Amino acid sequence: MYAKRSRFLTIMLTLGLAFFYIPMVLLVIYSFNYSKLVPVWGGWSLRWYKELFQSAEVWSAVSLSLQIAVVNATFATALGTLAGLAMVRFGRFKGRTLFGGMLVAPLVMPEVITGLSLLVFFISLNQLIGWPAERGFATITIAHITFSMAYVAVTIQARLTGVGQTLEEAAADLGAKPFKVLTAITIPQLTPALISGWLLAFTLSLDDLVIASFVTGPGANTLPILIFSRIRLGLRPDINALATIMILVITICVAIAAIVMFRQQRADLLDRQMAEREES
Amino acid sequence: MTDFTEDMPEPLPVKQLPISRQFMRRIQNSWRQIVTVVPFLWLLVFFLAPFFIVAKISLAELAIASPPFTSLIEWTGDGIMTIRLVFDNFVYIWEDSLYFDTYLNSLKISATSTFLCLLFGYPIAYAIVRSGPVAKPLLLFAIILPFWTSFLLRVYSWMGLLADQGTINNLLMALGIVDEPIRMLYTEFAVYIGIVYTYMPFMILPLYANMEKLDNSLNEAAADLGSRPTNTFFKVTLPLTMPGIVAGSLLVFIPATGEYVIPDLLGGGNVQMIGRVLYNEFSRNSDWPVAAAVAIVLLIILVLPIMVFQHYQGKASEEQ
Repeated sequence: MYAKRSRFLTIMLTLGLAFFYIPMVLLVIYSFNYSKLVPVWGGWSLRWYKELFQSAEVWSAVSLSLQIAVVNATFATALGTLAGLAMVRFGRFKGRTLFGGMLVAPLVMPEVITGLSLLVFFISLNQLIGWPAERGFATITIAHITFSMAYVAVTIQARLTGVGQTLEEAAADLGAKPFKVLTAITIPQLTPALISGWLLAFTLSLDDLVIASFVTGPGANTLPILIFSRIRLGLRPDINALATIMILVITICVAIAAIVMFRQQRADLLDRQMAEREES
Repeated sequence: MTDFTEDMPEPLPVKQLPISRQFMRRIQNSWRQIVTVVPFLWLLVFFLAPFFIVAKISLAELAIASPPFTSLIEWTGDGIMTIRLVFDNFVYIWEDSLYFDTYLNSLKISATSTFLCLLFGYPIAYAIVRSGPVAKPLLLFAIILPFWTSFLLRVYSWMGLLADQGTINNLLMALGIVDEPIRMLYTEFAVYIGIVYTYMPFMILPLYANMEKLDNSLNEAAADLGSRPTNTFFKVTLPLTMPGIVAGSLLVFIPATGEYVIPDLLGGGNVQMIGRVLYNEFSRNSDWPVAAAVAIVLLIILVLPIMVFQHYQGKASEEQ
């Protein structure tokens, strides 16, 4: 679709981008404000960054959140990939509709419902088998895996349908065993989706407040829980500083992921063009 | 000419073939089963089972115990099992106008925000589709980036803009447009801004994916036949982008109805939404049976949109 953009569309696009970015830019600018009152300008300063780095509370929340995010992303990628493979490659199997439904529902399910149901589940489980006696790292991680694997599965499904099955079939015809097909063909083909799935699960976990608040126990504060408890009472300059660091880190990660994906897409396109040229 | 037959592997003895095939098939089947069963079980245990427990608690009574509700099944002395289902919680929610109004208000706010997202998101998605090959990936990146940035911090950024002493009011007063700050934070207006701001990428991305598949020659054909651009838009483009509109709208509408963070941070106590009521019922009043019933009613309200969404997702993945 290479029709020209009309003036109306250009204006809407510009306004939309302004709407998206002005609040974030202001957030970053005010993090360098010396004044304790966020919107009152008191000169440039790194005061709030210093305070942030000295806070043990912040460091322990960051560390807990990162641990949960890494474990979650790894398990969610594994489970989501298996689920995506089952949905795309195995045709019809018993319970496929239920399975597909459970894979899609977490994408839209209101967080309060998921959070509440997982909490009462953990409490019932504790009464039944004595685990989990304490809520925190393990319960939050399980909750996060459950909803982030759905996002990974969507990413994997898109990639699997995109690359098709021809190479796998060719390998199988040439005598490769199913496990060999998986390791030599399917997984290399899936690599970009695996990377973006892992990153998506990682960020979803770092981002979650509501579900974590439900399933956490006393003392186990993730970063969003800490941020939320502070900003509920109003604007806080140290949170601006924290936000700036997080925005910077995420921008770098997303940029890397975008470049990897873009290169892969271009490589795929080249491969296809070469194949077509050879055919003709 | 070389003789290729030398390189060929020796043909397998005919008798061995069926056995090895059978063996292979068994291995293949068992690994297929593992692939399906592991994630399936995980979802059954951690996604589906919890809903049944919530449903169970919603039919119990509040009790001074840990956890604070009565059990449905009781064994009387002579080995008789009695099941007691209490529908009081649902009657309570139905009769108390507070809950009823809160459900209605949540639906109103999320439906309006969904419409606003569509109204602004549609032209933005269309503009990206019509951008050149260099600008397109950059613009997509610009839309995806806020989606990856912390949701909580994006909501927080509006607290700084909308507060009485916030950036907007400071600007308006410095310019002499108003004499005293306009109250924007902790109003319904702020909640709308928050939802539209944070959920917009969920509208734009499915619309973009749908629009990119459109064939511009249809528009050209319509123009050649004398159709005006507005007419072409309503008769050709809009119907063809319907799947994207439905997917995007549901991705905004369903989670926004149960939203907790935005009404809490931007609405303060002034905007009642059901997600916030549920959370407070649970954490402050610790009335678990009522909280569970509130969740079940919310789920019942949203079941239809969720099923429509699943239907469209299934169709979209089959079409690819």
